[in-house]
Amino acid sequence: MSDIAAPASDPSGAIRPPAIMLGPWGWARANLFNSWISTAVTLAIGYLLLRGITGFFDWAIVHAVWSVPLNAAGTPDATACQTAKGTGACWAVIADKYRFILFGRYPYDQQWRPAICVLLFIGLFIVSAMRRFWRRELALIWLGTLAAIGVLMWGGILGLSFVQQDSWGGLPITLILSTFGLALAFPLAVLVALGRRSTNLPAVKMICVVYVELIRGVPLISLLFMASVMFPLFMPEGLNFDKLLRAQIAFILFAAAYLAEVVRGGLQALPKGQAEAADALGLSYWHKTGRIILPQALRLVIPPLVNTFIGFFKDTSLVLIIGIFDLLTAGKVAMSEPAWQGFSTEIHIVLAIIYFAFCFAMSKYSRGR
Amino acid sequence: MPIASSTDPRLTAPRAAPRKRIRLSWSDPVFRSIVWQVLIIGVIAAIVWYLAANTHRNLAARRIATGFEFLSRNASIPISESPIAYDPSVSTYGDALIIGILNTLKVAVIGVVLATILGTVIGIARLSHNWLVAKLAAVYVEVLRDVPVLLQLLFWYTLLQTLPGPKQSLHIGSAVFLSNRGIKIPLLVWQPAHSWALLAFAAGLVGTWVYARRARRRQEATGARPVVWPAALALLVALPVAVWAALGAPFHLELPVLRGFNFQGGGLISPEYGALLIGLVIYTASYIAEIVRSGIQAVAIGQWEAGEALGLSRAQVMRRIVLPQALRVIIPPMTSQYLNLTKNSSLAVAIGYQDVVSIANTTLNQTGQAIEGIAYIMAVYLTISLAISLFMNWYNAHIALVER
Repeated sequence: MSDIAAPASDPSGAIRPPAIMLGPWGWARANLFNSWISTAVTLAIGYLLLRGITGFFDWAIVHAVWSVPLNAAGTPDATACQTAKGTGACWAVIADKYRFILFGRYPYDQQWRPAICVLLFIGLFIVSAMRRFWRRELALIWLGTLAAIGVLMWGGILGLSFVQQDSWGGLPITLILSTFGLALAFPLAVLVALGRRSTNLPAVKMICVVYVELIRGVPLISLLFMASVMFPLFMPEGLNFDKLLRAQIAFILFAAAYLAEVVRGGLQALPKGQAEAADALGLSYWHKTGRIILPQALRLVIPPLVNTFIGFFKDTSLVLIIGIFDLLTAGKVAMSEPAWQGFSTEIHIVLAIIYFAFCFAMSKYSRGR
Repeated sequence: MPIASSTDPRLTAPRAAPRKRIRLSWSDPVFRSIVWQVLIIGVIAAIVWYLAANTHRNLAARRIATGFEFLSRNASIPISESPIAYDPSVSTYGDALIIGILNTLKVAVIGVVLATILGTVIGIARLSHNWLVAKLAAVYVEVLRDVPVLLQLLFWYTLLQTLPGPKQSLHIGSAVFLSNRGIKIPLLVWQPAHSWALLAFAAGLVGTWVYARRARRRQEATGARPVVWPAALALLVALPVAVWAALGAPFHLELPVLRGFNFQGGGLISPEYGALLIGLVIYTASYIAEIVRSGIQAVAIGQWEAGEALGLSRAQVMRRIVLPQALRVIIPPMTSQYLNLTKNSSLAVAIGYQDVVSIANTTLNQTGQAIEGIAYIMAVYLTISLAISLFMNWYNAHIALVER
């Protein structure tokens, strides 16, 4: 044993202390130039990244066209953009079209109303994300805000002019579809999840299983087609729902199936003792579920719930295919305008940034709590 | 009963539980559950009946006959991309819908394979010790996960469409051409020798499997592991090459050639298919990367150390110890990503690739058979989803931890 311990106590200093790995140089040594392979990869990627970033910077900032003059007819003159095509971005298309992309065909002088709605939605999301508002009053806040949004969008009262649903468009439609969809899908999802977990209602359980598996097995687009072509057949003659409402119903049914699976995960993760203790106290089923089980189960599944919300928010863009005027559709229509043909990349980038901002905020929240 | 009269509980037969009698009272849980179920089923049945009655009346009013006889009618849908012979003037709706399924499968199968490869590479890159590589992979995942897949598909499609025309096409040598007509690639002129070589490869695969099995048996019996790879190499590479060479080693590439305004010969990846595949693969890979990363991170570091302590090489530790454990974490979420990719391939309709949804949509617009069209789409996707689920569940059970 003694000869093993010998080198450590050897005063001659045969083993040198490790080189100090501190400071920026030490960090780079450890994380970028660790071995010759690592060094080669760093240099290759660094070179490509530098080329890519400078190229993008040149295109997006240096050679970009920020605004164009109007021509005699009062329409924007895109010749400056056409000459810069290929070397510089044409942000003038955004400057010209941003109100159309954001608010669609909503009457131009009334567009402050959807703008306020967007802010209300964002405020609602922020309030709902804060723990201190997780009380019964939150439901009232939701009801109040959604009612205010309805009043602002439709108008017709309080001196606001009436705006038909057909002329709504852009970001408010995306937010309406996702928010109303979630608000209505969530209670349904909880019921379905409880039904799927129920032990003494086999028929209800079977219905819930078939519903969830059926919806999850087919693509959303088939449900949207169903809403747009089959729904009118289901209704009695004379009664016809608006296209947006039909898509909204399809969304609710779709989201509820996915949310139900997430909620079921939370119900399964909760120790059985909680339910047994509630039974022992003599609570009724709804008391037990509402006061003991759900508050704990839902808290467990907040991250996957938010992930489902993100997916659902992105999926609202699919209404493009059935011709509802959401953010993506508005962008696509703006691209196809003759004056601005060929500048779709710029619009795609702006749309991506808007979607990214919402989704990234949600995903940061779900991970960072 | 003589046994029941005995006082020793060990001798008495287990007593049956007292029979539950259903009381017609709200305080009886069995009665309550029956009432609830009858009520709920009644309400659902009433709704379904109401909708069905409405539908029946509406169909009668619009003079639409339900049924599937439209499938044998002639479809005049032009289909640009078809793996089987199709002629709009003679082929039927049934043929068109089958082509739709094949086109969907063509995207889904190749997409799943490519997304798995790309996702695995990025997931591993995110765990790299190199800061730049890890950050780049993280940015890829964050950005692409948070942008709707439909927007990405439209972006790739417009990008492929804004490529220059065939005359100014971008090209790699004189073999691959990128233009707004799609991507032209050289095509191998298929000859019988290639089929035989492929057959030889399949035989080699079976042979390798048998050989590896015997090697494993031998290892279990004697402890010494016979070397497998030379035999595998011979069976999988040398055998097909030998068969191919014995039949005269035919190798002729058909290169795309620009004639007039378009290319002649060679294979074509259409802009629609290309955009759909690129978009789906890049989007799904960002999810798969996260799954792979969390799977690898789920294996405790002690497993690596224990493997190395046993004297295994790093590759052996990865293959024999870490990977089997990581796969157990990876497979279930991976299954749902494969399902998502397949379902997302239905977005093809937005960029004009003729998949099952696109063709069924055209069919239902032309014939007015809305219910049949939607039912067809749903049935196809349910079947595909079920098939993928069954296969992945089988694979999951195959690699699952065998417990007592």
